[in-house]
Amino acid sequence: MILEIENLKTYYRIEKGVVKANDGISLSIKENEVVGLAGESGCGKSTLIRTIIRLVPQSAQVTADKMTFMDQDILAMPEKEFRKKILWQGIALVPQSAMNALNPVYRVGDQCTEAIKAHTDYGKAECEQIVKRLFDAVGLQAGMMKAYPHEFSGGMRQRAMIAMSLLLNPALVIMDEPTTGLDVLVQERILRNIKEIRKMSESSVSILLITHDISVIAEMSDRIGIMYAGRLMESAESMELFNEPYHPYTLGLKNAFPSIKAIDRELISIPGSPPNLLEDIPGCLFAFRCPFVIPECEKTRPPDLEIKPGHMVHCIRTDHVEEFRKLAGDKKTWQSSKSAT
Amino acid sequence: MAILEVSDLKQYFYLQPTFLGKLVGGAKPRIIKAVDGVSFSMQHGEILGVAGESGCGKSTCCLAIAKLREPTDGTIRYKEQNISEMSKGEIRNYRREVQLIFQDPYESLNPRYTVFDLVAEPLRALTDKNKTEVRERAHETIAMAGLTPEEYKNRYPHQMSGGERQRVGIAQALVLEPKLVIADEPLSMLDVSIRAGILDLIRDLSERMNFSCIYVSHDLSILSNISERLMIMYLGRIMELGITKEVITEPYHPYAQALIAAVPIPDPAYKRPIPKIKGEVAQPIDPPPGCRFQTRCLQVMDICRGTEPPLKEVKPGHSVACHLY
Amino acid sequence: MKLESIKDFFVTQYGIITSNRFGKFGASIILFFGVVALLAPWIAPHDLWESLRDSNGKLAMLRPPSLEFPLGTTAMGRDILSQMIFATRTTFLIGLVSGLISIVIGANIGLFSAFYGGKIDEILMRFTDIVYGMPFLPFLIVLISLFGRNIWFVIIAICCIVWRTSARVVRSQALAIRQRQFILAAKARGCSNLRIIYGHIMPNILPLLLLYTSFNIAWSVLAEAGASFLGFSDPDNLTWGGILYNLWISGKIRTAWWWFAWPSICIILLVSSLVFISRAYEEVANPRLKQR
Repeated sequence: MILEIENLKTYYRIEKGVVKANDGISLSIKENEVVGLAGESGCGKSTLIRTIIRLVPQSAQVTADKMTFMDQDILAMPEKEFRKKILWQGIALVPQSAMNALNPVYRVGDQCTEAIKAHTDYGKAECEQIVKRLFDAVGLQAGMMKAYPHEFSGGMRQRAMIAMSLLLNPALVIMDEPTTGLDVLVQERILRNIKEIRKMSESSVSILLITHDISVIAEMSDRIGIMYAGRLMESAESMELFNEPYHPYTLGLKNAFPSIKAIDRELISIPGSPPNLLEDIPGCLFAFRCPFVIPECEKTRPPDLEIKPGHMVHCIRTDHVEEFRKLAGDKKTWQSSKSAT
Repeated sequence: MAILEVSDLKQYFYLQPTFLGKLVGGAKPRIIKAVDGVSFSMQHGEILGVAGESGCGKSTCCLAIAKLREPTDGTIRYKEQNISEMSKGEIRNYRREVQLIFQDPYESLNPRYTVFDLVAEPLRALTDKNKTEVRERAHETIAMAGLTPEEYKNRYPHQMSGGERQRVGIAQALVLEPKLVIADEPLSMLDVSIRAGILDLIRDLSERMNFSCIYVSHDLSILSNISERLMIMYLGRIMELGITKEVITEPYHPYAQALIAAVPIPDPAYKRPIPKIKGEVAQPIDPPPGCRFQTRCLQVMDICRGTEPPLKEVKPGHSVACHLY
Repeated sequence: MKLESIKDFFVTQYGIITSNRFGKFGASIILFFGVVALLAPWIAPHDLWESLRDSNGKLAMLRPPSLEFPLGTTAMGRDILSQMIFATRTTFLIGLVSGLISIVIGANIGLFSAFYGGKIDEILMRFTDIVYGMPFLPFLIVLISLFGRNIWFVIIAICCIVWRTSARVVRSQALAIRQRQFILAAKARGCSNLRIIYGHIMPNILPLLLLYTSFNIAWSVLAEAGASFLGFSDPDNLTWGGILYNLWISGKIRTAWWWFAWPSICIILLVSSLVFISRAYEEVANPRLKQR
C-alpha cells in the first residue's frame, strides 16, 4: 500500500470560525494504481493535497486516525524530515497551473538537474541522462532542455513539469488538474504520455489525479473517489462507479456532463451550490441539494458504508438506489430539491 | 434571408520588427494572420457552434462580428447591410440587436455596479426609456436569467458565485432583446455541476426570444449538446462546417477527425482512438502558402503545400476545406 | 447617480478615512481647522490688522504669549491668534480650491489620455512632461510681476503646476482598468466613450482619485506657504505663509519665536493630516498595505 489515509480532518482556523476543509477523508492508493478524485471548486481537494505534502499553514489543525506513506507515518513525521526524505523522492507534485511554476530566468534542463542534485549525489552527467530520458518519455525533444520556459507552449510546460515530478523516481505523483486550461489535442497528448509512462518498466508509479473533469477521470483512473464539501461521497473502481453509482451526487454529476457520444441526452444540472464550510452542518452535507432527502438525512452525518467490497458510499438511503437511478435521469427530479426553490 | 453573412473575413496583426532587426537585416514586419478568409452565413434562430483550439481565431471573429474591432478585410453583412458602412445611428441599432456573452464572469462585470445597474446599463446607454420602464425591463430580465430580482438587484459582483455572475452577464446581453447573441465560451470558468443549468438557460431563451446564437467553445462535448450546426476552425480558417451531429459522427477533415478522436468520454469502458495528427499547434505568424493544416496532417499531399483548399460542399449542408475531397 | 448614493458615498468615505489610525488623526485635525476657518469672524478676538494696545495703553509690540494675547503679538502690535484664525480660512480655501481644480484637470487629462491612446495620449503626455519641467516659483513670479499680487493668481499658478503628478498616476491606473474585460463589455452594451470614461473607468479609480485629491490639497498648501513666505502672495488676504513673510521682513525672526512657531506648526499639521488621509486611501487602493 503506497498511501493510506484514514479519517483525515483538516480544519482552518480563521477570524470568523473554523472552516472544515477536509472532514473525515479516507482513501488508499495501491502500488501502480491511478486514483482519481473528482470534485468541483470548494470540495477540499486543494486542502487534501496540501495536507499530504505538508504545506498547510501553521494555524491549520490536522488530525487523522492514520496517514502513512509506504508504511511510514507522515503525519507525525517532523516537517524537516518529510521534506528531505519524502517530498519529491517519495511523493511528487505536479501543481495546478504548472506553467507558472517554472523559474523564467533559468533553462528548463538546468532547473531539472538542480532538483536532482539537491536530493541525491548524482553527478552532472548522470542527472542529464535522467532528464533526457524523462523528456523523451513525455515526448519533449532533448533540445528543449536548453530552452527557457517562455519558449515552451502551455502543453509543453505541463509535460516538462510531469517530467520533473518523475526525476527522482517517486512512488506517488499527485497531479492537480493536469490538463485544465489546455486544448483538447494537447490534453490528449499529455494523458497518453501519462499512460505510456505508467507502462515503462523501471517506474511503477502510482498517481493521485485530481480534477473536476469527469471524462478525464473516467479515462485515466483505476479507482475513483467523488469529493464534495470536504468529504468523500462515494469511491469505487472506475467501471463500477460509472455502471453502478449509488450516491445522489454521483448520479447528478453523471447527468451534468455532456458527451459527444450522447448528443441527444438531456443535460441536467444540480441546482444550488456547495455549502459554506464555516457552518456547522449536522447532517449530510449534500442534503440541501439532494432530491432524495428525508428528514433523517439532515439530522445525523451518514456513515461511510461499504456497500460492496471496495465500494464506499456516504449515504443512508442506499436501499432505494434502483429507484434513484431511474429518477435521476428525469430533470423534474432535480427541480424538486430544496436548493431549486 | 440570412441574418448574418460573413464573407472572406480577415484579421491581420502586424508585428513590428525589433530595432536591431531593422538595423541589421532590413527585416519586414511579421504578420499574424489570426483570421484568414472566413466565410459563412447564419439563419434566424439557429445556434451555430464554433470549435477550435486556442489561436484558431474564433474569439477574433467574434470581436469583428460584434463590431468591437475593425477587420483588416472582408465584409460582414447583418440583415444584408454591411456593418463597416453603418452610420452612427445604425451602429447604435446594431448594438441593440447584436450582443455578447463573455467568458469570464469574474472580469466582465464592473465591480462597482450592482446587479440592477449592470442590467440597466444597456438600457440607459442605448434606449430612451424612462426610469420606470428601465426598472421594469431590468427586473424582468433578471428574473428571466433565473435570479429573483428582489434578492439580487442590490448585490455586487463580489457577493455572488460564478454561476450567478454569469446569469447577470446573460441578463445584460438579453435586456435589449437582441437578434444575434455571440457567446464566447460562457461556461469554461464555471463549476461543472452548474454548467448544464446555464447551457439550458441559453438554449431556452434562444427559443423563447427567438435569437440566433454563435456559440464559441473549445469543448466539443458542450458544442455537441447545444449547437445545431458546427464550424471547426484551425489557424484562422474554417476546416469543416455542417450539421453538428453529422460533423461529430462523420467528420471529413483530418483535423476534425483528430479533434473529435481526442475528446475524452465520461465512460471508463470507452477505448478512445489515437488522434491521427502530428506536431504541435503552430502560431498563425507568417504562415506558409497552402493548407493551414499541412504541417500536422498525416495525409498531406504536394498540392496541400501550394494551394489553399477551398471550402466546398461534400454533402448537402456539409462543407470541408481539404484537397482529399 | 441618485441622491441616496451621494450620501452613501460620503458615508463610505468617512468609513474609509476613519478605519485607519492615521486617517482618524488626520481627519480630526482637518475638521478642527475647518471649523476654525468657518467660524473665523466670530471666534477671532480682534481684527487681524488692528494694532492693539495693552492694558497700560502702550502699543503691544512683540509680546510673547500671555493671557491677554494667547499666541503673542507681531511687531506692529497685532494679535497673532486673530491673524492665525483668519489666515486659517484663507489658507484652507486656497488649498481646497487649488487642490480640487488641479485634481479635476489632472484626472481628466489622465482619463482621456488612457482611454483614447494613440495621438491624443502622446500629445497630452508630452504636454504633461513640459509642465513637469516648469518650476513653480518662477512661474508664479512671472504671473505676479505681470498682473500684480492677487490671491487668484496664486491659485491659478498652483493649479497650473500641481495637476501634473495626478495626471500621470491616473493615466496609468486608468490604462490598467481599460484593459479589463468589463470595459469591453460596456462598449459592447452600447456605452458611448464618455459614458465609459466617467461611468465605468472613473468609479474604479475612485480611491486613487481621492488619495490624490488629498495629496494635491497638501501640495497646494505647501506651495502657497512657500510662495507667501517669499512674498509672492496677496497682501490683503493673509495666510499662514503670509504671517511668516511678515515675520521675515520685520527682521525679528530670531527673537519672536511665537510669531514663527504657530504658523509653522499649523502648516506642518495640516499638510501631515492631508497626507495621513491619503494614507488611509492608499490602503483601499492597494489592499496589501493594510495593517494587520
